[in-house]
Amino acid sequence: MTDTGHSAMAGPEAVARPHPNYVMVWVILLGLLVVSILGPMMGIFWVTLITAFVVAVIKALMVAAYFMHLNIERTYVKYLLFTILLLMLVLFAGVAPDVMKRAGKNWEHVSPTSGAVERPRH
Amino acid sequence: MAHIPLAATRSVTGIPAGRLAMWWVLASEIVIFGGLLASYVMLRLQHPEWGDEAAHTSTVAGAFNTFVLLTSSLFAVLGHRAAEHGDGPRAARFLWMTVGGGAVFMLVKAFEYTSEITHGYTLFRSVFWGFYFTTTGLHGLHVVAGMVAMGLVAVGARRGQRLHRVELVGIYWHFVDVVWIFLFPLLYLAK
Amino acid sequence: MDAGPAHVSGTAGHAPAHPEPMSFWRKYVFSTDHKMIGMQYMFTGIVMGLLGGLMAYAFRMQLTFPGEAVPGVGVVTPNLYNALVTNHGSIMIFWFAMPVLIAGFGNFLIPLMIGCDDMAFPRINRLSYQIFFLSAVVILVSLVVPGGGFGGAWTAYPPLSASAAYNHTPLGAPLWLLAVALEFVAFLLGGINFVTTVMNARAPGMGIWEIPIVVWMIIVASILFMASVGPLIAGAVLLLLDQVVGTQFFDPRAGGDPLLWQHLFWFFGHPEVYVVLLPALGMTAEVMAVFARKKLFAYKIILYSVFATGVLSFVVWAHHQFVAGIDPRMAHVFTVTTLLISIPIAEVTFAYIATLWGASIEFRTPMLWALSFVAEFMIGGVTGIFLGASATDIYLHDSYFVVAHFHYTFFPIAVIGFFTGFTYWFPKMFGRMMNETLGKIHFWGTIIAVNFVFIPMFITGIAGDHRRIYTYQLFSQLATDGLGRLRLVSTLGLIVMLLFQLVFVVNLIVSLVAGRRAERNPWRANTLEWVAPSPPPHGNFAEMPTVYRGPYEYSVPGRREDYWPQNVPA
Repeated sequence: MTDTGHSAMAGPEAVARPHPNYVMVWVILLGLLVVSILGPMMGIFWVTLITAFVVAVIKALMVAAYFMHLNIERTYVKYLLFTILLLMLVLFAGVAPDVMKRAGKNWEHVSPTSGAVERPRH
Repeated sequence: MAHIPLAATRSVTGIPAGRLAMWWVLASEIVIFGGLLASYVMLRLQHPEWGDEAAHTSTVAGAFNTFVLLTSSLFAVLGHRAAEHGDGPRAARFLWMTVGGGAVFMLVKAFEYTSEITHGYTLFRSVFWGFYFTTTGLHGLHVVAGMVAMGLVAVGARRGQRLHRVELVGIYWHFVDVVWIFLFPLLYLAK
Repeated sequence: MDAGPAHVSGTAGHAPAHPEPMSFWRKYVFSTDHKMIGMQYMFTGIVMGLLGGLMAYAFRMQLTFPGEAVPGVGVVTPNLYNALVTNHGSIMIFWFAMPVLIAGFGNFLIPLMIGCDDMAFPRINRLSYQIFFLSAVVILVSLVVPGGGFGGAWTAYPPLSASAAYNHTPLGAPLWLLAVALEFVAFLLGGINFVTTVMNARAPGMGIWEIPIVVWMIIVASILFMASVGPLIAGAVLLLLDQVVGTQFFDPRAGGDPLLWQHLFWFFGHPEVYVVLLPALGMTAEVMAVFARKKLFAYKIILYSVFATGVLSFVVWAHHQFVAGIDPRMAHVFTVTTLLISIPIAEVTFAYIATLWGASIEFRTPMLWALSFVAEFMIGGVTGIFLGASATDIYLHDSYFVVAHFHYTFFPIAVIGFFTGFTYWFPKMFGRMMNETLGKIHFWGTIIAVNFVFIPMFITGIAGDHRRIYTYQLFSQLATDGLGRLRLVSTLGLIVMLLFQLVFVVNLIVSLVAGRRAERNPWRANTLEWVAPSPPPHGNFAEMPTVYRGPYEYSVPGRREDYWPQNVPA
């Protein structure tokens, strides 16, 4: 951000950026899609988890790097996006203990649909 | 047409103003979808019985739509390469193919929604379906917005005007694709 | 011919020559000029702020004289009371503080202070104002629809906010939510514009440590806003569906969770207070440096403290939920982070005081406002400590102590910050000087009165006055004469304060029409906006400036003048 770069022109960029083989990237992405569909069919929880979500992360990183050219973009754009994703983890970490809790030391989750609990009136 | 201010052409960072702004747009969109999806994940993990509801989403439709979006992203980036080489009409053709991909995506979604609603899986049946329709609906709105933007850029690109916008609208489209890459396992594969 | 550095292309030297749009509509209503858009935000914000103040008058009169008709308003029913309290809060934050401090001053000042001719995206700028204007219309409509305005507090917790069966405002509630959502979109667009412009369009020679601090503050505020509002937009979509369509995202009977809304809201809600604080803090710093004729003390340390505050502001949110039934272990975490966040802000306050140390201070109206900002905000900051500690918060939560605390922060931010900036930049915006005598009368009347409004609330809050209750008559321990007298003091203070705003309105009109014409740089300041004519024409500068130093070179030893503008070569 501190470098005094040249004024960018309103038209196409003067400097042509290197282009990877986009079709090859696409083929790999499709292959990963197939893996992520076949994985859950095996019915094993951990296999499903990895093939569905780890593959999703890899696909997303590939689209970001090669299609969005993040791999040759300025570093601080990557820092910006990474920080934002980290923020989502902070949100999850701060909210999950409340929204995902089923019981605590002195209480247990009583489903609201199961009717009111009778307590002696004082 | 209004003149372009000096402010739009200066680039202290080295990134053109349009692309820099697009990255900030994506940053703010990540928190919107991130908040929505984080809420869904937290509630889903707390309600294992939602798996019974989730069994009724169509994995075939979801997988096909993933394929459609990935392919449309390919067209978008090929259009960007054509624009960089100055070939406006070719870039416009690729952009229209991307728009076509978006249309196919929305068509499949329309079939999916119709099928689900007529079988009784509406927004109100369970909070799972509430999240399903809200997340895919919000994503669908972004797809439609992207199609419109892409069409507008393609019209200009065909005449060789403002070719730098091909890349910008492409970055937006790839983001929409990435959101779907995460929606697919969350709503269709996690059964 | 501009002899700027070679890397600036030929177009950078001169403002582009093009005819200025002359038709009334193009010039005043559909303008893309950042100064006009800034004015539009400013004046819309001022009108909405006055409305918010009148709402406060209405509900305070009801509290002080329960059941009696309020002069000019009529009888305040419980539902109307709730709607007044809700919309007072929402309007003051979203339709007064943010548009005035960020969009109004930000739009007007940023291109001028960084030495360029407009924002990077002028038409998106205009669009953002139009969306904002629409949001203001929607919130006003929400007040008059059948059923009345939404009364579930600006925090809109479900199930009250989600179900018309509970909140009795089937139209008001979704309209309120829609207005807030539109306002968010407007500020997202504006924020992206600001950040891109400041990152990219600075004058040659203006590196990141030569940016005036108010611009830095507005940028950090915009980034905080952009990063925090997303989860609330998601939550707002879910709440709107619950309200209008009947989904059950926040209904525990169907598997939803009301606490989820609270978290989504406050994840945004806490960074939001820093979003409004930072611009006011920045304006205070600018004014202090100019009227102390002294370099801003520890500019970089101030910025690092502000960055630290920004980061920390994302991990303190649940201190608003200590008694909501959150996991007590999270309460430990949030107490620690909340107490930590007071440190960088205190650091900034110390730096401001150090700026004053040994300075020859000119007590003009803007400086009076800036000094009072520091004093009043410190009261707010210190009282926040009691609320940040979860143990004391258990007692103080939802009492008037909280109301007093946040008014001792928000009032300096929104009102004092606004007057600091407005009295300081008025000559640049309108080409005339404001009347000093009227300015000082307005200042003293407002500042003295506002303390009478809020100090009693600390006392009544500790005594047990709850928030958001339309009368204390039903509570024998609160319906005492002593507490009643304190409430009366607050209300009288408010009425006096509102009356003194008439002095400001008179000053504004008289100065606009017949004020002494302002020269280019009446305050003898260093920043670039004072290089442009007063008021600046379309395109701002006849010749785009080049920057040679930082903005705070005041009283530099060895120089004849006690100021050294950024664009004057060495």
